[in-house]
Amino acid sequence: MASALVNVPAKARRGDIIEIKTLMSHVMETGYRHMASGELVPRDIITSFTCRFNGSEIFRADLFPAIAANPFITFFTTATASGKFEFEWIGDQGFSETASASITVE
Amino acid sequence: MQQPPNSSRRQFLGLAGGAAVLGAVPVVTVRPAEATPAMLASAIQSVTGGAAVRTGKVKLDIPPLVENGNTVPMTVSVNHPMAPEDHVRSIHIFNEKNPQANIANFHLGPHNGRAQVSTRIRLADSQKIVAIARLSDGSFWSASVDVVVTLAACTEDVI
Repeated sequence: MASALVNVPAKARRGDIIEIKTLMSHVMETGYRHMASGELVPRDIITSFTCRFNGSEIFRADLFPAIAANPFITFFTTATASGKFEFEWIGDQGFSETASASITVE
Repeated sequence: MQQPPNSSRRQFLGLAGGAAVLGAVPVVTVRPAEATPAMLASAIQSVTGGAAVRTGKVKLDIPPLVENGNTVPMTVSVNHPMAPEDHVRSIHIFNEKNPQANIANFHLGPHNGRAQVSTRIRLADSQKIVAIARLSDGSFWSASVDVVVTLAACTEDVI
């Protein structure tokens, strides 16, 4: 159940600033809502998102319950070399998902 | 019957009163249902460590009128070069009235080329959003935006 959606340009020129868009399917339950019975719904969110390029970290985000369901994050990076972007989402209750995308830099 | 001297009775009452006050303190500090400006200030303090925060450089793009607080698009950008010797190290987003003052922390570096991040957030009430950027020289810059929310998020009950 690959629930990640990642958008990275397939090709770029060296030195270009490229935009990376990511979407991960997740409820992001805040832990502040009650059920009809009065019980608190336990928190279940993604707490950390990391992007690595050829093994080194280029972007990291700490997320909190105030991030909407299905966290959508976009950021920029400079295209320096061909290689592989690896994305990792880590969250409550053992949540862990990864995705990857390759880029060719001319 | 042994009657303790009056002075020790007063001491006892004083101690008991003190204990009652101490016991009451945790009740006072129980977290309120929504973040308060004090919680916002302490969340900012935990990032800046008390350093001065100047207004400017940061641009926070949020619609000023939000119909649905469950997904509010937000873009934060910092007008600053991203050179290895002088860049934006991190961007922190805070709110005033959600149950928790933090929204997100973004960690950047010179390889990002442009200090701009977009995401979608939740807003529980009409309130002020604050973005703070930490530069590699240790200075802090901020921007804030007031948002009006007509349908609140986060705390509504599950049916």
